[in-house]
Amino acid sequence: MAYDSFKVLRSSAVPLPIENVDTDQIIPARFLKATERKGFGDNLFRDWRYDKNDQAKSDFILNNPTYSGKILVGGKNFGSGSSREHAAWAIYDYGFRCVVSSFFADIFRGNSINVGILPVQVSPEFLHQIFTAMEKNPKAELEVSLPEQTITIVSTGASESFEINGYKKNNLLNGFDDIDYLQSMKGEIATFALNR
Amino acid sequence: MSNSPKTLFDKVWDSHVVRQIADGPDVFFIDRHFIHEVTSPVAFLGLEQRGLGVLFPEKTFATADHNTPTINQHLPVEDPLSANQLLQLEKNTSKYGISHWGLGNPKNGIVHVVGPENGITLPGMTIVCGDSHTSTHGAFGAIAFGIGTSEVEMVLSSQCIMQPKPIKMRINVNGQLGKGVTPKDVALYIISKLSTSGATGYFVEYAGDVFENMSMEGRMTVCNLSIEMGARGGMIAPDQTTFDYINGRELAPKGADWDKQLTYWKTLKTDSGSVFDKEITFLASDIEPMITYGTNPGMGMGISRNIPQAKDLEGGASSYAKSLDYMGFEENDSMIGKKVDYVFIGSCTNGRIEDFRAFASIVKGRKKADHVTAWVVPGSHVVEAQIHEEGIFDILTEAGFALRQPGCSACLAMNDDKIPAGKYAVSTSNRNFEGRQGPGSRTLLASPLVAAAAAITGVVTDPRQFL
Repeated sequence: MAYDSFKVLRSSAVPLPIENVDTDQIIPARFLKATERKGFGDNLFRDWRYDKNDQAKSDFILNNPTYSGKILVGGKNFGSGSSREHAAWAIYDYGFRCVVSSFFADIFRGNSINVGILPVQVSPEFLHQIFTAMEKNPKAELEVSLPEQTITIVSTGASESFEINGYKKNNLLNGFDDIDYLQSMKGEIATFALNR
Repeated sequence: MSNSPKTLFDKVWDSHVVRQIADGPDVFFIDRHFIHEVTSPVAFLGLEQRGLGVLFPEKTFATADHNTPTINQHLPVEDPLSANQLLQLEKNTSKYGISHWGLGNPKNGIVHVVGPENGITLPGMTIVCGDSHTSTHGAFGAIAFGIGTSEVEMVLSSQCIMQPKPIKMRINVNGQLGKGVTPKDVALYIISKLSTSGATGYFVEYAGDVFENMSMEGRMTVCNLSIEMGARGGMIAPDQTTFDYINGRELAPKGADWDKQLTYWKTLKTDSGSVFDKEITFLASDIEPMITYGTNPGMGMGISRNIPQAKDLEGGASSYAKSLDYMGFEENDSMIGKKVDYVFIGSCTNGRIEDFRAFASIVKGRKKADHVTAWVVPGSHVVEAQIHEEGIFDILTEAGFALRQPGCSACLAMNDDKIPAGKYAVSTSNRNFEGRQGPGSRTLLASPLVAAAAAITGVVTDPRQFL
């Protein structure tokens, strides 16, 4: 078990209405030098969050005490660029368990699930509704139900369903991961390799 | 065997599926696994914590490239964190019996340069690495893509990953490229048309005259940049150009094995009548030398054009304004004549011998502009040796350029090769994201020819005037 299981998450959220947020912004390359998966949350969005003297930039959302929560809501094409899983580690280590966007980059989406973060892809219209709700009330809560595959804006009751394949859903619900699965079929893999 | 026509991608993918999971991913067998010092340590730690071993150590190949210095490689690495990552790679590979071309090894270099040049990368293979530019190897008709560290751990422990099969796109570029238009320009052109997310979810096959007539180095540059339009990877059907490149390389098959493999490789092409989920066709004659003006690789244009207006682009006007503000540019600006502070030639995108030949073709007999700092970084020691053998080193020296040692260098600036805040760099690398080449750095992506022209004049310059 590599991470906590995910079932229903009800939380306020942090809005980041920027498109094409790439993994170099999520965690710049100079912070990829650790050899253990620890402390990456401190450098999440490092160069948007801190100035060159390491002082917090007051206009960046993570430095705004009005917004907090376990859900990060980003603009279209979230997580593009580098395959660094450190981006997902940083988001998880900071305390987020779910990222919502109208579109995710492939590798980031896969990495997220592999570390226990649920990526929820919604329509552009629903994303807009979420941002609007959060503008009105920074403490507006979202409810993400993995068993039901739905996301709801609690204050308005607006809801949308999201996709996830049955295998990955089962993994997240139970805290299983792919390595457990692959270990269970090692004999089959060895036979496959022999016959190639 | 089904008689229905199959794409190149389907042929290679389907032959590597160990098990199909209903409502889930395929268990996908990996032939070649490349690792480097940055994305592997946590995977090895994971193996230890779970008490797992490496299933097929002979299928994994390690090189050190991401954080290595590009000067004084004979000295100990100064940065303790980088030094520790290099040490961990050495320890982990030695513990599990994995081939390791570390710093100082004559075969060392950027992972996506050394794989092909040593004959490790072959047609029809499945190849992964904890690096998104693994798509490079698709140039050989392989399925190659970047993975995360959890997946590195999966490959080490089981030689498989779990992947849903991507959908398919074919991109055709037909006709003949104009003077000064390189494979890098073809790729930047396609990305500018599709945007950085236009191929997300797809695996791309590149087809048409332009790719058929392209060298292996050029094909690698194109496939390398597939990820920059969101595609997991890109591939090109192997042909005589591919076979000639591979033949005789150290780890390539020999003798009877070569003949057997070659017979198989010749079957690796898309059957006529195959259907793609999406197909796009471009004309080579529409492509000119390209340059980027913004903070993602989709924000590129022909070098003679002006920066587009936000109103002409779909959506994201505020992100667009943020991007131009970061770059210090305005809508409608011409890029020609903009001052350049740094020039970087190298990386897994443009760090091969052909790239240095192109760069040298312009700087030969000219002088580097005094105010430009130039970093000329070969992709491997093999490329470095070729630069010397072919007399390119002398041309560079004469023109005022110094040659550095191989590595990823300023492409992602994990080592000391960082572009200072606010400075403009014309780079042959692959990403112009905010801070990619150092905090506050401003990157203009371009071909080796455009980089050479900028290095000589000190401003953004159309290279065609030097050809």
